[in-house]
Amino acid sequence: MTSIHPDKATAERLAGLSAGGVVTSAQREDLGDGTLIETPGVRPPLVLNNRSFGEVTDIVCGYAENPAPKWWLPAFAFAALVAGTGGLLILYLIITGVGTWGLTNQVDWAWDITNFVFWIGIGHAGTLISAILCLLKQKWRTAVNRSAEAMTIFAVICAGTFPAIHVGRIWFIWFVFPIPNYNYIWPNFRSPLLWDVFAVSTYATVSLLFWFMGMIPDFATLRDRADKRLRLGVGGQKLLGIIHPDTIRAYAYGFFAMGWRGSSRHWHRYEVAYLILAGISTPLVLSVHSIVSFDFATSVVPGWHTTIFPPYFVAGAIFGGFAMVLLLLIPARELFPNFKDLLTLRHLENMAKILLVTGMMVGFAYSMEFFIAWYGGNEYELHVFLKNRVSPWHAPYWWAYWTMITCNVVSPQVFWFRKLRTNPLVIWIVALFVTVGMWFERFVIIVTSLHRSFLPGEWHMFHPTPVDIGIFIGSCGVFLTLFLLFLRFLPTFPIAEIKAVLPQADPHGHGAHAEKGAH
Amino acid sequence: MNLPILPGQKRKLYTTPDGRTVHGVIAEFSDVPTVYHAAESVRDAGFKKWDVFSPFPIHGIEHAMGFKRTILPFIVAGAAFTGVLSAVLLQWFTGAFDYPLVVQGKPYGAWQPWLPVTFELGVLFSAFASLLGMLALNGLPRWHHPLMTKDRFLAVTDDKFIICIEARDEQFEPRRVREILERAGASHIELVEE
Repeated sequence: MTSIHPDKATAERLAGLSAGGVVTSAQREDLGDGTLIETPGVRPPLVLNNRSFGEVTDIVCGYAENPAPKWWLPAFAFAALVAGTGGLLILYLIITGVGTWGLTNQVDWAWDITNFVFWIGIGHAGTLISAILCLLKQKWRTAVNRSAEAMTIFAVICAGTFPAIHVGRIWFIWFVFPIPNYNYIWPNFRSPLLWDVFAVSTYATVSLLFWFMGMIPDFATLRDRADKRLRLGVGGQKLLGIIHPDTIRAYAYGFFAMGWRGSSRHWHRYEVAYLILAGISTPLVLSVHSIVSFDFATSVVPGWHTTIFPPYFVAGAIFGGFAMVLLLLIPARELFPNFKDLLTLRHLENMAKILLVTGMMVGFAYSMEFFIAWYGGNEYELHVFLKNRVSPWHAPYWWAYWTMITCNVVSPQVFWFRKLRTNPLVIWIVALFVTVGMWFERFVIIVTSLHRSFLPGEWHMFHPTPVDIGIFIGSCGVFLTLFLLFLRFLPTFPIAEIKAVLPQADPHGHGAHAEKGAH
Repeated sequence: MNLPILPGQKRKLYTTPDGRTVHGVIAEFSDVPTVYHAAESVRDAGFKKWDVFSPFPIHGIEHAMGFKRTILPFIVAGAAFTGVLSAVLLQWFTGAFDYPLVVQGKPYGAWQPWLPVTFELGVLFSAFASLLGMLALNGLPRWHHPLMTKDRFLAVTDDKFIICIEARDEQFEPRRVREILERAGASHIELVEE
């Protein structure tokens, strides 16, 4: 026993010999919930409290089946109100014109495209977790992949709104698709903006397929539980005396479960399909943000015209996306019962480390961009960096630049300290900083490059209008509304995948006892 | 020559005393190692039309059951090729053939700017092919199945493991099937009607 862990209580629990019981900080302060163990050869448990298959089902399905927690309805109403207000402002924008934004002849892209790049970047963590971590066989992804994928879909919905409404006459938006029309002209396939249309719509579609496919077995679980309660005649009253909620569940979840019945022959093809989707999503996610960066990089605007943009944008997207995952899941972890068993401190620590790494990648990109502006000898580019962004004495937007540096480069450095990167509150605060910082990054790239062109007569400041601000806040409302609906009605965790990584899922019985599993 | 797909050559299926066709026999197991070894013994007994139902994919079950690897990757490869081809055709037709447009003074048929859209469409087609191909090969969607009428079967998506040997298997013989499954450690054995 002591070969696993010097502390007997922890060792027994890890070995599955003693049932349940979270290791309290009194027992081992440095172990947190018991998953922060660093003993070589011992894998920290992915699910706490020695849960059985049935308990995993009960916990995750419980979120979708039990009455919503008290805070849910007010939170949902608030988020939906914000989303609705944003929707009305979009209506106002469409009726009146894009002049309701603070755009000028000089700054013709501002918050709209900032928000677009911000949201599309947030989506990337979902695909990264589901695809790249799947290919790398990182089993801890099971704790976060479903909610991160959901976040991807919702973020892409928010992202897609902005380029669509920024075109002004939205009733001509179909011009971006190669549809035969009476003008006999086609979209220009050499334009990065058109690549963007294809990249973002492909990304949205593939993410949706990936998310849906992952949920098929879990929908089947929810369907069978509802069906079982109906057959046993348990499960409470009919809604308004007309229809039983379980009947609705059995049909709704049953429809999307597509008749899944857990056949091993089906599982085999399912796993192959999943692996293929992961394989093609990996280059896809890298391509999407590269193509988004082409919108800028292929132009000749100083500050945009750089070759570092594709990798820099991809790193930033992963960085911002993980921050959003943490921003949403840390509160969910506190608010939902047993959430902590499935999303452990170790998972949070892993994600904090990813924030640290990608934060430094982004920081490297910032400095390299600056270096090339100097080393490249292009005085316009250097001017943009020095006089339009960085210098507090010359650049009107210096505060935006330094907010970005503080939030994105400085704040994740606290994760060098183990105590801080295993503290959910600290992680949450840093994630908040990073989210703000990543929005500012896009603002800096877009607005500070545009607001001063080659002639001083073309120098303008950008001032956001209430419509600008309202639509951005509205998009946050849309995102939150959809996420709250997801937490309430869909399987929040990949039930089948979590069961597959439990020790008792090993067909050769090695995992059932940790002393054997430790080899 | 025996051609099993021809009509009229269908093997006579078993029926219950009240005249219903037998779908097969199901046996329940409660842990992974037992069902894994049970699958090996059913495979070794020579059955072909049978299946293991589990809440999650059991690692290595394809060896225990002895079935072939799926052809899905080839379907997806075909779809990827179709996607790439249609993207190239689309861009060539619109930009170089139907309405040639001078952009940035580049040649009409320059292939370099086509790469992003070509890649995206290749990915899009492959993604659809892997989901729809997986469902089609699995015979899904199929919203009803004889097995789903059994209360015990509903626990498969929760925490139980079930082996079903179907009556259309050449070797199906109720008593022998029951004996094999019992010996493999099944906790409950039931007959399933169509």
